[in-house]
Amino acid sequence: MPSADDVKNRIEAAIPGAEAEVQTPDEVHFSARVRASAFDGLSRVQQHRLVMDIFTGELGGSIHALELKTEAT
Amino acid sequence: MSDTQIRDLIAEAIKENEVILFMKGTPDQPACGFSMRTVGMLQSLDVPFAAVDILPDPRIRQELSALSNWPTIPQLFHNGELIGGCDIVTEMYESGELATTLGVETPADAPAEAPTGDPAQAAPMSIENRLG
Repeated sequence: MPSADDVKNRIEAAIPGAEAEVQTPDEVHFSARVRASAFDGLSRVQQHRLVMDIFTGELGGSIHALELKTEAT
Repeated sequence: MSDTQIRDLIAEAIKENEVILFMKGTPDQPACGFSMRTVGMLQSLDVPFAAVDILPDPRIRQELSALSNWPTIPQLFHNGELIGGCDIVTEMYESGELATTLGVETPADAPAEAPTGDPAQAAPMSIENRLG
């Protein structure tokens, strides 16, 4: 099971300049707040896609839910 | 029905309904907290919406996600465009942007915070207390 740090590190590694705060009560449901300059000029849907694409195949599986809040910096 | 036919039907439904929600369960009996919350927000804005339960056939979700490039459920569409899933809808609800986007006035009695979708409230049956 991924830890909050695993999820944070993967987001920050995949999106240049991203800062992520990740919380999980159970290592299955995650909640992440992500700030990144890469989000600049993107719609919320596009910002969320950038993050969710990192976990393709895991969402709904080992990551049951990923609650997201994104913000361009 | 083939996968392509399913995808065509989904595309048609998105095109033909101004506001359409793909969800787990139905608005009356949502089968997932995120779907329930999204239904709750639409209902508190008094927005008429079409709803599609994706659970009866796994191919509905598969084809929907292929079409929308969005992995999770629920998915809310307006005028053929994906607005987002529960998190984006929540953020937009709380900022007032959802009402603006959907072209409605926020009703005076709509809660400022997104309804949490407490499963207890939506329980279809109450349990009879025989202990009293």
